[in-house]
Amino acid sequence: MRDSLARQFGRPPLALCALLVGLSFMVSAPASPQGFAGLGTEAEGFALPSREIPLTFPADHGAHPDFRIEWWYLTANLAGADGEEYGVQWTLFRSALAPEPDAPVEGWASPQIWMAHAALTSRDTHRSAEKLARGGIGQAGVTADPFAAWIDDWHMSGTGTGADALDSLNLTAHGADFSYALTLDADGPLVLQGEGGYSVKSPGGQASHYYSQPFYRVAGTLTLDDTDIPVTGHGWLDREWSSQPLAETQDGWDWISLHFDSGEKLMGFRLRDRTGPPFTSATWIATDGTPAPYGNGALILTPLAESAEEIPVRWQVDLPAHGLSVEIGALNPDAWMDTSFPYWEGPVSITGSHTGRGYLEMTGYGE
Amino acid sequence: MRRAALAALLSHWRRQPLQLFTLLAGLALATALWSAVQAINGEARRSYDAAAATLGIGGYASLAHPDGPMPVATYVALRRDGWDVSPVIEGRILRGETRLRVTGLEPLTAPTGLLPASFAGDAGIDPLDMLRPPGVGFAAPETVDALQGAPGLPRLVADTAVPPGQMLTDIGTAEILLQKGGMIDRLLVRPGQPDHRRALEEIAPALALTPAQDQGDMARLTDSFHLNLTAFGLLSFAVGLFIVHGAIGLAFEQRRPMFRTLRALGLPARSLLALLLAEVMLLAFVAGSLGIALGYLIAGALLPDVAATLRGLYGAEVRGVLGFHPGWALAGLAIAQVGALAAAAHGLHQVHRMPLLASAQPRAWATVSARALRRQAVAGLAMIAAGISASLLADGLAAGFALLGGVLLGAALLLPRLLAAVLGLGARHARRPLAQWFWADTRQQLPGLSLAMMALMLALATNIGVSTMVASFRLTFTGWLDQRLVSDIYVTARNEADGRALRSWLSGRADAVLPIWKVDLPLAEAPGEVYGIVDHAVYRQHWPLLRSTPDTWDAAFANRGVLINEQLSYRAGLSPGDTLHIGEGWTMSVVGVYSDYGNPVGQAVVGLDSLLAHHPDVPRLRHGIVASDPPALARALRDDYGLPEANLIDQARLKATSLQVFERTFTVTGALNVLTLSVAGFAILTALLTLSTMRLPQLAPVWALGLTRRRLARLEILRTLALAALTFLAALPVGLALAWCLLAVVNVEAFGWRLPMFLFPLQWVALFALTLLAAAAAGALPTRRLARTAPAQFLKVFADER
Repeated sequence: MRDSLARQFGRPPLALCALLVGLSFMVSAPASPQGFAGLGTEAEGFALPSREIPLTFPADHGAHPDFRIEWWYLTANLAGADGEEYGVQWTLFRSALAPEPDAPVEGWASPQIWMAHAALTSRDTHRSAEKLARGGIGQAGVTADPFAAWIDDWHMSGTGTGADALDSLNLTAHGADFSYALTLDADGPLVLQGEGGYSVKSPGGQASHYYSQPFYRVAGTLTLDDTDIPVTGHGWLDREWSSQPLAETQDGWDWISLHFDSGEKLMGFRLRDRTGPPFTSATWIATDGTPAPYGNGALILTPLAESAEEIPVRWQVDLPAHGLSVEIGALNPDAWMDTSFPYWEGPVSITGSHTGRGYLEMTGYGE
Repeated sequence: MRRAALAALLSHWRRQPLQLFTLLAGLALATALWSAVQAINGEARRSYDAAAATLGIGGYASLAHPDGPMPVATYVALRRDGWDVSPVIEGRILRGETRLRVTGLEPLTAPTGLLPASFAGDAGIDPLDMLRPPGVGFAAPETVDALQGAPGLPRLVADTAVPPGQMLTDIGTAEILLQKGGMIDRLLVRPGQPDHRRALEEIAPALALTPAQDQGDMARLTDSFHLNLTAFGLLSFAVGLFIVHGAIGLAFEQRRPMFRTLRALGLPARSLLALLLAEVMLLAFVAGSLGIALGYLIAGALLPDVAATLRGLYGAEVRGVLGFHPGWALAGLAIAQVGALAAAAHGLHQVHRMPLLASAQPRAWATVSARALRRQAVAGLAMIAAGISASLLADGLAAGFALLGGVLLGAALLLPRLLAAVLGLGARHARRPLAQWFWADTRQQLPGLSLAMMALMLALATNIGVSTMVASFRLTFTGWLDQRLVSDIYVTARNEADGRALRSWLSGRADAVLPIWKVDLPLAEAPGEVYGIVDHAVYRQHWPLLRSTPDTWDAAFANRGVLINEQLSYRAGLSPGDTLHIGEGWTMSVVGVYSDYGNPVGQAVVGLDSLLAHHPDVPRLRHGIVASDPPALARALRDDYGLPEANLIDQARLKATSLQVFERTFTVTGALNVLTLSVAGFAILTALLTLSTMRLPQLAPVWALGLTRRRLARLEILRTLALAALTFLAALPVGLALAWCLLAVVNVEAFGWRLPMFLFPLQWVALFALTLLAAAAAGALPTRRLARTAPAQFLKVFADER
């Protein structure tokens, strides 16, 4: 099925996409010795994340072409008038094939490549679509203020009504058999992940710049097989950019963003390492947006049950420092992204010490 | 017992290495030629299938601006509105002597099938290299070789899926190569566009949509050509089998005493037959393997020419590199087995029927009685009659080939009877004893030589027929080119705006600017093209009309009538006075038929006004120019006007290119011709060698009567030459009949044009000389042997107990 769909949509060559996606997820890219050992050195001419650089807004909402990889990653837990649950994903990746000189290169010669994924998940179905575009010609791109991120006719654009450029957004995307048009309004501030937006990704020190807007109220319409479904719910936007590949032994990650009914939020990830224990990281976000970052080991993610495709779709999530002990389970265990480089991404529900809804992403399985 | 018998049987080949060589070589040659043709046909068919499986760029609808390239922004605007389009840059560049058509695609949005497999797959090429300078260019292996070391090109990767002379590359690389500076030539439109996008008029009103082209059925179009090749392969195989038949017959004949002894020692007839059968199959296996290797080499050597032919005649792209397919090799081995068994059937049958105590006397050959000759002649006449009636009763190419085959094989079967009659005539008129002996002895040898002579006749008749056809075609074609290429310079504008500028620049500088504008339209329910021409004297004076009316040109220029090419006239059965439906609400009276060689599709020519009235959007890019000083004008076009070298071609070069295509078209035919003739020469050698070993008893008495060995040898050579000459004379009318058949029947069926037949007596003289030379060469070895036979050998004939 996945194969026939791929043919139907006439995908670009798999090898190309695999490489792009590999870069985007910071896995499977070759790790250079310098990249692993020295943080101060440049990664083949790309800029490197640094603790010394504070994030500045709205400039950092835009693209950072001097970094190798970057993404604008939005997920939303939605519900229809009948209480039926849905999940929506909208992601734009930027990947630079080579360091861009001081002035951005216009035209086909631009080293920037853009890729986008959109998905719509219900209890019964999971639909996804993918787009690719060259940089340098305007087919895809991101501007900071007013905020706009687009690829072809998919876009996430600021309406300019809030204090921050990201406070109010319009969001659209479509695949062959689904589409959505949503409006997002933030109820809280931007949240800096890690140490003031500097998020460490391995014991060796690889890191990225990372901030989120987890406080969106979402409303709009999903279209599934020509049926319009009005929905409301919560949204979460992640912004991340870096240049360093992960350590060679890190071959995938599990990532969660959870909206608790209490209004609190949790971001957590677990980077799996072939040679040792996983590297974990978490940020507890209070209702007013105050982040409490936790380094390696504080968050414990334990897989509980595997789906037919041998991927864990139920997890035990523990953050003892906050008295959190919950179980998360997939709304639809078959939420595989039918993209050139498949990964799992879908909505989850939370039970245990806290309740709520959230999103789970898992990469690097089944390869 | 069986082992001893096998050893005894095989020992024959050890003692007769030349015979073994003849047998193996004959069968190997036959298998080789047959397999080579099969390999070529197979490769071509695979190319057609591959082409049919993936839509070419032409298989997609496309958007273009009538005035030439559009800015990249137009592409982006359409994409951002949801249009699923992909940009293309096209153009030509010159690198050294190589003209290269460059197509730049955008790999991230282009339909998958358009990208070369080596890019999409895992051929060790980093796909991202294509997007990064200096980029990667995909081209046919021969094109990559031709471009070796040429400056200013991306890294070249050989890919057999790319037609020769073209390069497929990333749009960014193409933009630099073609100096397009932010412009693109067109947008491919994928079928099944999303339905929520805005209309084209709202986003880019200037763009015009060209619907996807029908890719055409190459296999059907090229059928005739492949049938042609197959016929040649079969003919070669048949000639080869004559040799094998001779060699196996001889080996069986010479071993008759051995068979008798083996039987007498207690070997059952069944076992002997089984052993002989095994021997034949073993020999066939060895020869077949050699043949396949040889056939692969021949096919590999001929394939580039065949590919060029197919491209020239039909526009069909066939990769010029031969692949090896096990199925093909097995088929070759099988045909070698079948051929060897067919050739040995007669011998095996004889052995089976041989009485145990039959005389051990070796017979020179199974004596062919006059009755047998008559029977064969009747069979020959029947075949000719069958061929003729097939062509009368049925239509189509197969009927044409039935006629060809019937006439050829029938004539070959008639040959021995004919030769016998001529020799009888000679004997009746001979007065001197030696002359009488010569005629009689020649007649006596006829049965042994007749197979070789039949092979020679087949080869000669084919040679005469095909040479006459090719030479007639060439003469007609060159004459026609002179007529048809009425303009001095041919130019192609870069775009519509350039076309307008070019026309105004040329007015005043050229004597005439003749538009060569056409639309592709189905004509008579088959692919066709319609050209519009302006009223100019050159057409009236030069255009090669086959059939016309008194006011052909006046009617055409007054938009009252249409001229059609011979192909269309033949296919649709249209003559002057009939009406041709050209399109919706466009029907015209046919006022003339012109010859249009080398064009696979139907064509119609109307007045330009008529074309523009029905197709105002016809591309107005190509023009023919009549000028008083063509070289000066060409220079001015390049230097003053700035037309790229690749967009301009003069009449002489166009003519040379056309003739080159023509010559390459018939290279294969020529090569197969020569090969067939060599096989026939080899057949004569085999037959003569066979006979020479047995003729001692017949020559010894003549020698004893006082004829020196030298004179005997001279007479032997003379005899061979006489037979060859007679065979040539018999082959001449058959060859001419064959040529007529090819020109008037097969060509019309295959291509839709009938060619006039011209005779080339000088060619016949040359071929006659070649025939005598081949016969003399084939006779030289046996004759030398005869001249050197020790007198004691002759004497032995009388001493031996017989």
